[in-house]
Amino acid sequence: MAESTTSLLAEQPDLHVQGPPAQLERVPLVSNNRSLGWISDRIAGVIEGETPGWWKICFAISFTFMTLCFAMILYLMSTGVGVWGNQHPVMWGWAIINFVWWIGIGHAGTLISAILFLLRQRWRTSINRAAEAMTIFAVMCAGIFPLIHIGRIWFGWWLFPIPNSQSIWPQFRSPLMWDVFAVSTYFTVSVLFWYMGLIPDLAVMRDRAKTKIRKFGYGLFSLGWTGSNRHWSNYEKAYLILAGLSTPLVLSVHSIVSLDFSVSQLPGWHTTIFPPYFVAGAVYSGFGMVLTLLVPLRRLLKLEDIITVRHVELMCKVTLATGSIVGYAYAMEFFIAWYSGNPYEKFLFFQNRAADPFIIGPLMHIKPAPYWWAFWTMVTCNVIVPQFFWFKKIRTSMFIVFFLSILVNIGMWFERFVIVITSLQREFLPSNWSYYSPTPVDILQYLGTFGLFFTFFLLFLRYVPLIAIAEVKGVTPQADPHHPLGGAKPGGKH
Amino acid sequence: MPAKAYAIMAEFETPAATLHAAEKVYAAGFRNWDVFTPFPIHGMDRAMGIKNSKVGWFSFIGGCTGYTTGMLMIWFMNAVDYRIVIGGKPMFSPFAAFPPSYELTILFGSFGALLGMLFLNRLPRLHHPLLKNRRFALATHDRFFVVIETCDAKFSDYETRRLLESLGSRHIEWVEE
Repeated sequence: MAESTTSLLAEQPDLHVQGPPAQLERVPLVSNNRSLGWISDRIAGVIEGETPGWWKICFAISFTFMTLCFAMILYLMSTGVGVWGNQHPVMWGWAIINFVWWIGIGHAGTLISAILFLLRQRWRTSINRAAEAMTIFAVMCAGIFPLIHIGRIWFGWWLFPIPNSQSIWPQFRSPLMWDVFAVSTYFTVSVLFWYMGLIPDLAVMRDRAKTKIRKFGYGLFSLGWTGSNRHWSNYEKAYLILAGLSTPLVLSVHSIVSLDFSVSQLPGWHTTIFPPYFVAGAVYSGFGMVLTLLVPLRRLLKLEDIITVRHVELMCKVTLATGSIVGYAYAMEFFIAWYSGNPYEKFLFFQNRAADPFIIGPLMHIKPAPYWWAFWTMVTCNVIVPQFFWFKKIRTSMFIVFFLSILVNIGMWFERFVIVITSLQREFLPSNWSYYSPTPVDILQYLGTFGLFFTFFLLFLRYVPLIAIAEVKGVTPQADPHHPLGGAKPGGKH
Repeated sequence: MPAKAYAIMAEFETPAATLHAAEKVYAAGFRNWDVFTPFPIHGMDRAMGIKNSKVGWFSFIGGCTGYTTGMLMIWFMNAVDYRIVIGGKPMFSPFAAFPPSYELTILFGSFGALLGMLFLNRLPRLHHPLLKNRRFALATHDRFFVVIETCDAKFSDYETRRLLESLGSRHIEWVEE
């Protein structure tokens, strides 16, 4: 369809666009004044072109790790939860850490697709599809852990309000039950939202399809979309409503996850700051993952004109903002631990988390905390690393952004490690104290979920438009009937 | 006009020209007509005289159903069908039942929005005369189409074509049934 992509600019060379003064001019969302047809060609070209070599290699590795994930689940089921490092008093080990981490990653996708949509952030269109896909696959990885950590996996369905042979029902006062509803709703609504956004783009793929299989497949899933304006009218309303519903949903999901901790009576868990602190941390880690995925992809798939440096910069700014909220929450936790005067809280935060063997420990005359290294990894990655994004030089340097985004992911994993392990590992009775370490099965299980995630993500790249074609077209000046590039007459008349 | 014509289809190249054409076609009093675009054009609903979408009602009813389902389900399970005292607290409390009901509100409301949109658009409809037209495939690419159906009361073989030509369409063709 390349012959139809006539540049509108070429036809009207003497066109003069009256814009705002130069210092207020924004960098365009699609660089190099690309035509509407070019956007389709470029994005659909990712699917229609030859399978790249790097894709095959990455897929082989991911698939191997996915197999490992299922093998570890099988081993766990056939042997028992003793294969993990969970032991009294640390009964919540890596399974819950990984669950919270993965589900937090998903939150950036919903923030981009829903909250930024309500806030009229038009730059979201270039990244929302890939971020939503990331959400769905991350929630899938997250969902595995609570299911397998219950021990007798074959009774997992007792969590759902389904009649069973003992005719007893779930107990709805437990936040763990709320979690079941929150996470399953989150997954379902994310899929609905993602699929609805896909319908017009699947129609693009259907209309370009050369092979019978593609015509049939894309034709079936695009549901006969024609691009009728009467349809667009209902579609846009439904999209707005889904964005409006997803916003309270995404805020509630990690709040409810945090209630799993804060409803209990343990020092370090029993805090009212947890819900907002968890949501900010979730968005922070999610943006880290979006950057980790999209910064290399824009290069590999030659999408630099659609996912521009401005997009990367804006994502870095969100990371900076949410990272600073997380840093503030850490500080506030320490302040409250000290201000409350509660000896257990003070013990946990100062002697069991922060006391390192070099500075704070010797200064306060306390022994180093058993997991001081985990705590300080967390502080370095979550408090110091995002502050680098104040600098434009760093935000615009793709290699550094990629590197820092990985540190963000590491930092947020350690945050969950610190919360889960240090609160449990030295409990109220000192005779119960012990040191928790994971087993190789724990580690392989976690690595396996990366395989699952990347297998799905790579398949998504090859078979589904990874950028919302119709939405990106909609934010170009060529799509604006009151802009000269959209064919408007002088004075913006159509 | 061919014997089995479904509609007449005029192609436009810019959103401004399409918006202008839509205003004129609406003013001419047509009812069975539509505009097909690769992306929603700002202001097109008003130009075509389309009223506010009714999707919101489907979502609202879905949300109400979800909340009621959640509250009734939890009340029935924990306070009627199998009563267990937990921590000496009341059998049913709307506060503990709120989070699952809240999630169900959103779940059912979302299904209402998506299914309501599909119902109002009469989708899925995998067979449509326009989808057989080769030229129409550009409607998802970079062209804009104004389509007037032959079943419209105002439709006339010659006049309608003249109208579309006068609006600046460079390519007009008949769409077969």
